[in-house]
Amino acid sequence: MTDMLLEVDGLHVSYGKAEVLHGISLAMKPGSILTVIGANGAGKTTLLNAIMGLIPSTGQIRYNGQPIPRTVEARVAAGLCLVPEKRELFGTMTVEDNIELGGFLRSKHEREQMQEEVYQRFPRLAERRKQLAGTLSGGERQMLALARALMSRPRLLLLDEPSLGLAPKIVADILQIVAELRTTGVSILLVEQNARAALEIADEGYLVELGEVRKSGPAAELANDPSLMEGYLGRQDSED
Amino acid sequence: MDLTIATFLVQDGLTNGAIYALLGLALVLVFSVTRVIFIPQGEFVAYGAMTLSFLDAGRFPPTASLLLCFGCLVFLLNLWDMRREFSVSGLARNALLNLALPAAIYLLAVTLASTQPGAMVKALLTILIIAPMGLYVYRIAYKPLADASVLVLLIVSVGVHLALMGLGLVFFGAEGLRAKALSSGMFMVGSFPVSAQSLWIYGATIAIIVGLYFFFEKTLLGKALRATAVNRVGARLVGVRTQLTGVTAFVLAATIGAVSGILIGPIATVYYDTGFLIGLKGFVAAIIGGLASFPVTAFAAIGVGIVEAFTSFYASSYKEVIVFGLIIPVLVWLSISTTVHEDE
Repeated sequence: MTDMLLEVDGLHVSYGKAEVLHGISLAMKPGSILTVIGANGAGKTTLLNAIMGLIPSTGQIRYNGQPIPRTVEARVAAGLCLVPEKRELFGTMTVEDNIELGGFLRSKHEREQMQEEVYQRFPRLAERRKQLAGTLSGGERQMLALARALMSRPRLLLLDEPSLGLAPKIVADILQIVAELRTTGVSILLVEQNARAALEIADEGYLVELGEVRKSGPAAELANDPSLMEGYLGRQDSED
Repeated sequence: MDLTIATFLVQDGLTNGAIYALLGLALVLVFSVTRVIFIPQGEFVAYGAMTLSFLDAGRFPPTASLLLCFGCLVFLLNLWDMRREFSVSGLARNALLNLALPAAIYLLAVTLASTQPGAMVKALLTILIIAPMGLYVYRIAYKPLADASVLVLLIVSVGVHLALMGLGLVFFGAEGLRAKALSSGMFMVGSFPVSAQSLWIYGATIAIIVGLYFFFEKTLLGKALRATAVNRVGARLVGVRTQLTGVTAFVLAATIGAVSGILIGPIATVYYDTGFLIGLKGFVAAIIGGLASFPVTAFAAIGVGIVEAFTSFYASSYKEVIVFGLIIPVLVWLSISTTVHEDE
């Protein structure tokens, strides 16, 4: 028995003959934020997709002390939820329908209750209930993707580049929301290119390069690691 | 041509068009949700019409036996799938859905066939026999290939079409059959006679369209089907199982097929292979609707029906050529007007 929420051990993923993840291992405690940082093409998105079950992988994934369920749908039912980099919203359906569908596996009562909570958290979406998801701005789309994910009452939220393509002000808002979510007991596995911002809100950090974990440790330590300064964090004074 | 003939042709066209509309809608429904170009939809129509004809004649419909065979096959397939992860509840569900359900329908058909029930009862029994076939056809032919390409699924469809047509020949024989009208009689609208059967056809088509609208707009399952059509990955990420939406789409299509068969049975002699041609005309409408738009498909189907009625008057030997020729300008137009965007 362990008290870890998620344990990934020796995870390998291949696309055809090319292996992109070469045995990644990580562990996260319940109620924590873990961030995976790394350059483009390091395999971060692949890692999240494999944990969610969207792509086949070998190696062990344990969730809540048990082997993780087999299908994507069973993983959603068990409390995992992925907000993918491309958001994958239902573009020709209304904001309201997108949000409602987020709670597809929950009871009608739970769904209605969550809908209210979600609209309180994202008043902007409440204003745009009847608008088609495809007509939203980038920031609103990201909020909708988050809102839809929250509707499933996740225990573990997998966030793939939530700040991608957004204005700095909106990135700050989104990361603020992510940090708040943790206080409601949701654990978050955050993949970000914006490494400094991610490490600021995270408890643990993993640096992934070319499909392997290069470094891991408490987020605060990684944020001050001189060897990461140049490649990933940028110079402190160049912020803002 | 005088006005009277034109009115008759329009009425004829509307009647056939309404049935093509049902077929077209079923094709769009199945394609948008599962990416299957469902050629065998016409077979459901033929099965429906011939089942009703058998019931009219007071005979036991062989489709009920066929349903039982499908059910047993699906039961065995599911049993094979369960060899690694066995569960009692799974076995019970499997037996209930694939053995008990078709057996109950079979017994119902045996009981009712000889008693000459009313037209409505026969129609409902026909739907009850055909609708579960959607589930079984999906399970047997398509579910194992749910992630295959559109082309592979199309090839499977051709195979399923040939298989169902062959089974139709085995179970129904080569004779053409005609069912009794749901209600006989004529009404006068102004100075033009309208048959009660064509009113049934219009009414049923409108009811199904309205029903589909409410299903897709108001129910969570309907929205899940739309979501799957819009974004398959997104739908999986909220926990919508591909199998659930696939089964729903196929059962709906089979139900619509059965209804089409019940409607067309009394106005045309239906053979085991008639379904294909009717299905293709629904397909013309579905193509005009881009295999995506329900309203365009419905209107296009009416258009196909009317064009068919007029060409059979003016140039009856070229009737099919002209109807299927309608696709060509539409394809040219679509290829010019639509911009190709990558699959999301």
